[in-house]
Amino acid sequence: MSSVTAAPKAQKVFAPWDDPDATPLVEFVDVRKQFGDFTAVNGVSLKIFPREFFALLGPSGCGKTTLLRMLAGFETPTSGKILLDGKDLSRVPPNLRPVNMMFQSYALFPHLTVEDNIAFGLKRSGYGRKEMEERTAEMLQLVQMKEFAKRKPHQLSGGQRQRVALARSLAKGPKLLLLDEPLGALDAKLREQTQFELMNIQEKTGTTFVIVTHDQEEAMTVASRIGLMNKGSLAQVATPGQIYENPDSRFVADFIGDVNILEGRAGKGLRRDGEEVTGFEYAGGKLSGRANEAIAPGATAWLAIRPEKILVSKTAPKDKSLSNVLEGRVHDIAYSGNLSTFHVRLDNGAIVKAQEANRRRLAKREIVWEDKVWLAWTPGAGVLLAR
Amino acid sequence: MAKGGLGRIAVIAIPYVWLLVFFLAPFAIVLKIALSETAIAQPPYVPVLDLQAGWAGFAEFLSELDFDSFTYLLSDSLYAKAFLSSLTIASLSTLFALLVAFPLAYGMARAPERWRAILLMLVILPFWTSFLIRVYAWIGILRPEGLLNAFLLWAGLISEPLQILNTPVAVYIGIVYSYLPFMVLPIYSTLEKMDDSLLEAAIDLGCTRTSAFWLVTLPLALPGIVAGCFLVFIPAMGEFVIPDLLGGSSTLMMGKTLWSEFFSNRDWPVASAVAIVLLLALVVPILIFQRQAERQQEAGR
Repeated sequence: MSSVTAAPKAQKVFAPWDDPDATPLVEFVDVRKQFGDFTAVNGVSLKIFPREFFALLGPSGCGKTTLLRMLAGFETPTSGKILLDGKDLSRVPPNLRPVNMMFQSYALFPHLTVEDNIAFGLKRSGYGRKEMEERTAEMLQLVQMKEFAKRKPHQLSGGQRQRVALARSLAKGPKLLLLDEPLGALDAKLREQTQFELMNIQEKTGTTFVIVTHDQEEAMTVASRIGLMNKGSLAQVATPGQIYENPDSRFVADFIGDVNILEGRAGKGLRRDGEEVTGFEYAGGKLSGRANEAIAPGATAWLAIRPEKILVSKTAPKDKSLSNVLEGRVHDIAYSGNLSTFHVRLDNGAIVKAQEANRRRLAKREIVWEDKVWLAWTPGAGVLLAR
Repeated sequence: MAKGGLGRIAVIAIPYVWLLVFFLAPFAIVLKIALSETAIAQPPYVPVLDLQAGWAGFAEFLSELDFDSFTYLLSDSLYAKAFLSSLTIASLSTLFALLVAFPLAYGMARAPERWRAILLMLVILPFWTSFLIRVYAWIGILRPEGLLNAFLLWAGLISEPLQILNTPVAVYIGIVYSYLPFMVLPIYSTLEKMDDSLLEAAIDLGCTRTSAFWLVTLPLALPGIVAGCFLVFIPAMGEFVIPDLLGGSSTLMMGKTLWSEFFSNRDWPVASAVAIVLLLALVVPILIFQRQAERQQEAGR
């Protein structure tokens, strides 16, 4: 896929995946995993670079956890190779890999104190007594759990357990930290706060993180890159911004965030408002969108347009740059405090969602149910997809 | 409010009344007999409490009680030997039961989920037959011309029948067999509850499979092991049927001594004294067991 918004050259941006000379920390080479008849992972090739915060995202059963467990060594690939620092991992048992994992259930040892849980891995790897105590104290400090060192896991709250689990998995200073739905058990507020802590700790320790999650918002927030999986394969691997703005398939567009997908026919390449776009015929109207790959004119295509990029108005838009226009009636309004989502029914019966920030108070809302409205967006706001 | 209070008192009172009537009262009677003296009479001991005589009779009755039976237990080394022998047999049987039961429980807990109910059934199945019949069945297996010897002779492993019946070995076999479910079930229940990811975490942090077992599985199964040990040790200590049927005359145990004092010697006071010593010897481990259970409950909260 083509790169979208090139960052200004002066500023050094962390993007080793764009650098052909960068050596990956982890490399999957055509990895497959079969459980009986079921193919959990189907030919995944992927490079993860040092210091990356890589998110494996996808619906449940898409193979993301299997991929993670193969990295940890709890599953062996049916075929293909996994390289760590260029060395094949397949013959290395899990206890000898420089990889640690933070489990979804946290898997804290209930019979050990917080301190002993954190020191558990250190004891197995020949640390001296003094070194071990120092390292444990350092880890407790890192996750701000110093005053809970002598507690047992059952005396801690969910958020505290999560911190201990993180400290324990980081204690041995692994090259790669694997996190399996690390925030799944926390409530929404705490989760958000913890996401930022996780990013801080990742930056501070410089460890490469691979996180598995089904929560797309979480992946967008924490990750440097997201690998979106579907049915055992990687659907798209890109930065959060790219994957949101430039999905390369309907699955990706639909999975990440809210989107309208209109089915129509591709047209010719056009130049609109200074942008190279591709024409799109929809319900007799002429629309346009950015295409990431050449689509033959006349072929079936889909236009993916995010609700927040659509302007809703009660009069026909006068702004010439809003060249994509559809008409309809307000079918429903979903009010969520900061935003209102208008569900607009087009003449052909299709529903298109458009989102507006509630700049005015609710009582002063101009557009109400059954109003005739115009939906408008700029030529390149939507993405034209061939699949 | 008053009604609720009454109801609450009833709920608390019922178990206490139960204990009073079915535990404390019989215990008081046994204690009374232990403090009496043997006599050729019906019942075979004096004094007998005469309620018609009123307070004076009761005072006289009290004055006639003494600790002779207990001092007698100390004077004859038979009783100390029986006690020590009981202790040895019960301890070793508990150890053997643990060695057999742990792999069994571990295998059950690791078995695929759909198999577990069936395996659990198989462990409990022997309870559907009378205990006595099962012990008798072991006589058929262990005697010189029994199934075990017939098999070993047929297999050519031995040239003449082994004498197993009427030896301590038979008693160990009997106790381990009979009490095995009591050891398996509590261990199984602790192992079954264990989260598999704990073992994965241990391995992830550098353990081998073996060290993960010693550092994680075993400590977590400890409450079940302790419970199982007490459930086997306590009844084995006072066991009578198994040593009597399988152990022959050479096996000395408290339960057997008690039986022969009571029925062969018709010495009720000494038999009662043995019963009380046995009870006191068991109260200590029971109390430890209870404290352990309480602590476990607290930890589970």
